[in-house]
Amino acid sequence: MNDLLVANSVSKNFGDFKALNNVSISVPKGSIFGLLGPNGAGKTTLIRIINQITMPDEGQVLLDGSPLKPIDIQHIGYLPEERGLYKSMKVGEQALYLAQLKGLTKQEAKERLKYWFDKLEIGDWWNKKIQELSKGQAQKIQFIVTVLHRPKLLIFDEPFSGFDPINASIIKDEILQLRDEGSTVIFSTHRMESVEELCDHIALIHKSNKILDGKLTDIQRQYKTNTFEVGLQTSQADEVVNAIKNKFEVFPATFKNLNDDIKLNVKLPSNASSNDLLSFLTSKAEVHHFVEVIPSANDIFIQTVKNN
Amino acid sequence: MNHLPLIIQREYLTKVKNKSFIVMTFLSPMIMIALIAVVAYLSQINNNKARTIAVLDETGLVSDVFQNTDNTTYSILKNITLDEAKKQVKAKEEYGLLYIEKGIDSSQITNAIRFYSEDSPSLTIMSSLENKIEKKLTDLKLVQGGVDIEKIEASKTRIDIAQESFTGEKTSKIDNIMKLAFGGIAGYLLFMFIIIYGNMIMRSVIEEKTSRIIEVIISSVKPIQLMMGKIIGTSLAGITQFVIWMVLGGIMVFVLSAIFGIDIAQMQTPQQEMMQQAMQSPEVQNEMQNVMMAFFKLPILNLVIAFVFFFIGGYLLYSSLYAAIGAAVDNETDTQQFMLPILMPLILAVYVGVFTVIEDPHGTVSTIFSFIPFTSPVVMLMRIPFGVPIWQQVVSLLLLIGTFMLAVWFAAKIYRVGILMYGKKPTYKELYKWLKY
Repeated sequence: MNDLLVANSVSKNFGDFKALNNVSISVPKGSIFGLLGPNGAGKTTLIRIINQITMPDEGQVLLDGSPLKPIDIQHIGYLPEERGLYKSMKVGEQALYLAQLKGLTKQEAKERLKYWFDKLEIGDWWNKKIQELSKGQAQKIQFIVTVLHRPKLLIFDEPFSGFDPINASIIKDEILQLRDEGSTVIFSTHRMESVEELCDHIALIHKSNKILDGKLTDIQRQYKTNTFEVGLQTSQADEVVNAIKNKFEVFPATFKNLNDDIKLNVKLPSNASSNDLLSFLTSKAEVHHFVEVIPSANDIFIQTVKNN
Repeated sequence: MNHLPLIIQREYLTKVKNKSFIVMTFLSPMIMIALIAVVAYLSQINNNKARTIAVLDETGLVSDVFQNTDNTTYSILKNITLDEAKKQVKAKEEYGLLYIEKGIDSSQITNAIRFYSEDSPSLTIMSSLENKIEKKLTDLKLVQGGVDIEKIEASKTRIDIAQESFTGEKTSKIDNIMKLAFGGIAGYLLFMFIIIYGNMIMRSVIEEKTSRIIEVIISSVKPIQLMMGKIIGTSLAGITQFVIWMVLGGIMVFVLSAIFGIDIAQMQTPQQEMMQQAMQSPEVQNEMQNVMMAFFKLPILNLVIAFVFFFIGGYLLYSSLYAAIGAAVDNETDTQQFMLPILMPLILAVYVGVFTVIEDPHGTVSTIFSFIPFTSPVVMLMRIPFGVPIWQQVVSLLLLIGTFMLAVWFAAKIYRVGILMYGKKPTYKELYKWLKY
């Protein structure tokens, strides 16, 4: 059993509105799983079903091979997108309360909180009220509370919103470290650059349906168009460009470089290999830049959503 | 996993540690007592002002009935005309001039009496003057008619019908008043408790929504647990506040009467004087005894048990509705449209209690309303001192508990969906749809 979490044909209706239609996902153990989709696609509904906040109308969710039980909330840590803390409660008291709700004893919670507060260097906040903290500071507390009970499954919905770049990178490192220590992470965001940075698997939900899922590299391979960025140096630029245009499909390129005379995206026919292009180019000019264009998560997202 | 105790503890502690709660708890009894003291003091000052009333009685019939008291002096004018008297009273800045014109026969004397003053005179003074003159003239007429006044006095009879039930239980009017007082206090207490602490529950639900913590909490506990924890925790805080109020109020009354006891005795108003005189008479001491007896004759055990059950039942019923409202809306201003349906039956219950139960505690209207779950806690509590058959109490209580469970189910449904809904002002139609999610 390699999947920590499996959702089997989950459907959910709110009145006449179908929020999820027959959605299945499998989240491999120890992976960071990107749950993507435009606003209102049904991501949050799926996440709430995993957290047993709402019940699915059809289908079921398996955690570690067996259907979700109420006790399983102890094994899940959830950082919702709409998040906050009791404003007039002290940081320490509040963290203890939330940790106890997740099944930790007061003593355990205290020790682990101390560890995390030291780690993130916020020990002196213990007796402050939430309303005295900035938004980013409150987010840190929220993050700690989410991971404190060492859940098998962590669900982060837009975890970086409200953080400055420094703190965002601290949190990103913590997420990676948690993954390395054996946690599985479901990660929902609209920031595609962090998807590329963190996720090994993704699923794309659009209008209540899952329209794409799999390993990120597989998907990228599937979406690649056999296009190469080419940077050449030559004294007869026009001539060379025309020669390439006669043989291949060519698009303008935008990559950065220092002193190339010719910058092009060259698309190869599906039967041609990159070596064919390279040998053709070397015969015409000096090659400085030769990279296969990997479709970005952003491109894949936009392209897939538009096609559906 | 049962988190209920943990949630109750948090709700209770946050409420009790809240600054405005502490201030309210300790300040409001002081404010109440200070207010009463100020009102009492002011009315005393008002009454204590000494005034002089000039009397010009041309007939000479009633001059002898005006006797000076601490606050009012009567100066009897003689041998001057009305105009002179007016001028004189005005010059001396006296309170007013009572004028009885001569030459009109006693049957029409009411037309002959005038009161002249700068400002319009106080109602109590006028009625006191009228009483005095009336009594004197009635006596005069009786004498003129050849009736012996002493005989009339002797023939006056006072009747107190002794009441007794068929089972031999003696009752009296005082008993009834006692019963009304107890029922009224119990019913009113419940009414106040529901409004104050129901609102508190509602606000605390709204707070969880606006601070966006709700989704974090709800991923750890069941919504119904959170809701029940809130209701119970807030109620405990409410009971704490009530107990402190009662203890503080008791202490303050005791301290105040110890400090100002002598003062109060000195600054007597006419009414107090009369009261005190009355207190000393054996008749009233007898009455006091009756009151005590009436108290012990109340079905105290029944009252206490019923109070506990109906109070808890009624309070929980309404507070779960308050919690549902809190969950359905985003902020307090949106609660208005849902408050009316909650307040209506409550207010109706108090009205039925005050107007119908007093008139006829076991009449059809009172009986029906003491069975309807939304009004039964208040109305039944008011009826019980008059003796309600146990089976009626039990049936009413069972109905109440049944409705309460239904209300919790309903509230939990609304709550579960509502707490995660933001930015919409829900309509009744939508609430109905939520029930089916």
